[in-house]
Amino acid sequence: MKRNLTCIICPRGCSLEVTIENGSATVTGNACPKGAQYGADECTHPTRTVTSTVRVANRTDVMVSVKTATPIPKDKMAQAMRQIRALRVDAPIAIGDVLAEDVCGAKLVATCPIQ
Amino acid sequence: MTEHEIVIIGGGPAGMAAAVAAYDRGVKDVVLLDREAAPGGILRQCIHNGFGLHKLGRELTGPEYADVYRRQVEERGIRVYSETMVTKLTPDRVVVAQNRSGVLRIQAKAVILAMGCRERSRGALNICGTRPAGVYSAGTAQKLMNCEGYLVGRRVVILGSGDIGLIMARRMSLEGAKVEAVCELMPYSGGLTRNIVQCLEDFGIPLYLNTTVAEIHGARRVEGVTVAQVDENRNIRPETGRYIPCDTLLLSVGLIPENELTRDAGIPMDPVTGGALVDEMRQTAVPGIFACGNVLQVHDLVDYVSDEAELAGQGAAAYVQGMRRESQPLQTAAGEGVRYVLPQRVHPDADGDVSLFLRVKAPYGRVRFTVRAGDEVLATAVRLRAAPGEMEKLTVKHDKLAQAAGEITVSLEELQ
Repeated sequence: MKRNLTCIICPRGCSLEVTIENGSATVTGNACPKGAQYGADECTHPTRTVTSTVRVANRTDVMVSVKTATPIPKDKMAQAMRQIRALRVDAPIAIGDVLAEDVCGAKLVATCPIQ
Repeated sequence: MTEHEIVIIGGGPAGMAAAVAAYDRGVKDVVLLDREAAPGGILRQCIHNGFGLHKLGRELTGPEYADVYRRQVEERGIRVYSETMVTKLTPDRVVVAQNRSGVLRIQAKAVILAMGCRERSRGALNICGTRPAGVYSAGTAQKLMNCEGYLVGRRVVILGSGDIGLIMARRMSLEGAKVEAVCELMPYSGGLTRNIVQCLEDFGIPLYLNTTVAEIHGARRVEGVTVAQVDENRNIRPETGRYIPCDTLLLSVGLIPENELTRDAGIPMDPVTGGALVDEMRQTAVPGIFACGNVLQVHDLVDYVSDEAELAGQGAAAYVQGMRRESQPLQTAAGEGVRYVLPQRVHPDADGDVSLFLRVKAPYGRVRFTVRAGDEVLATAVRLRAAPGEMEKLTVKHDKLAQAAGEITVSLEELQ
């Protein structure tokens, strides 16, 4: 099976061709090793980093931006969003603070400071 | 009137990187004037990731990238005036600003313009129809969502496939809104391919090319839009009109460098970039006034904004320290297939290699870029593809430049 993909690792956006035979993937068109990894992963178990915001309970109209510290399975993005949306956190918050231990297998960390 | 060596207008990524670079070149009296409550500029609302891969070697979100530079500014003790709006700049580098404490008048030895862009609005597009609530520029919707926590709509059509529109399509989908369509007037997207993949394809959002919004419907709130295809002259083909019910229309239809201060100061402008005409250190035609970042040319990647701002910061520091280049600069020009080249003039005795930034006029497959001065070839580069939405960078070696004479042109040819 062959699949044509665009690598999303960096803005260069290489056009990849991934061939899957007997469960192993061969990637061509990548300019770097990250592209080969992305191509193989995307065809076997695609993942994405999810970024969103969480309401800060002890501030008025203030959101803290967050991300999953590692990529999560692509098909779990909606589930992760439900979990993130239900969260409430209190300031002060520093960049990198863990706001939830397990969002679909990843830690949720703050990406901006709230005084 | 107070005096400072370098005054920087704008505290976004360009202003912060310029401040740090100027300081590190030995000018310690640098002040940053910013109209927002905290420095960081537009990065504060860009909560998605993908920033910093080139410049910092790691993938960060916008607020994290901004924080890297905010810390550098803070560590150096560079004074930041927040909630301070610059209202006037004179050619002899007097900066007038206002904040809660009143009016500031500063005589600067050098000024760096880093005001960024604003978004093109509905008024610039002449879209027919009513004027209901629910029409937002994409960046405004982004700020409302990401900084203030308001979901601006539940059923959305997005006009314009630039990166901000694509990022907002994903963001609204993640928050549970239904994005019905992204319409693009041109036959190709203005955004990065990776954003088409991860923002549209991941969420099954259709992208309609050669398509625009012909009419907005709704009395108090948007009730729907009529989308229609356009012909090769970008005129609407009314017979292709199709009604899409929605409560929100987002416009991602281009950025306009915010150069009112620049023009009022009489600084010569480039009609194509919408920014000032500059040399390789980003000095405008008015001595001692520099420009960098999106106020100079609209960038795709903040990484290159930081690079450009460092040049401006170093240039401004050298100017304050009394360095003047005596050589006559060579003009640069856009040749075949190229829309613009920046910087617009280059000193042949510039320090080190000089990078030329450009955008192409249309999408191409494999191309070769050639930089010429007269008959002399200064540099060539082959790219697998080139697109108007992706800025190109070509580097001219120091020794080649030193011998160059005449106008420097950059052109492209398509390869098989």
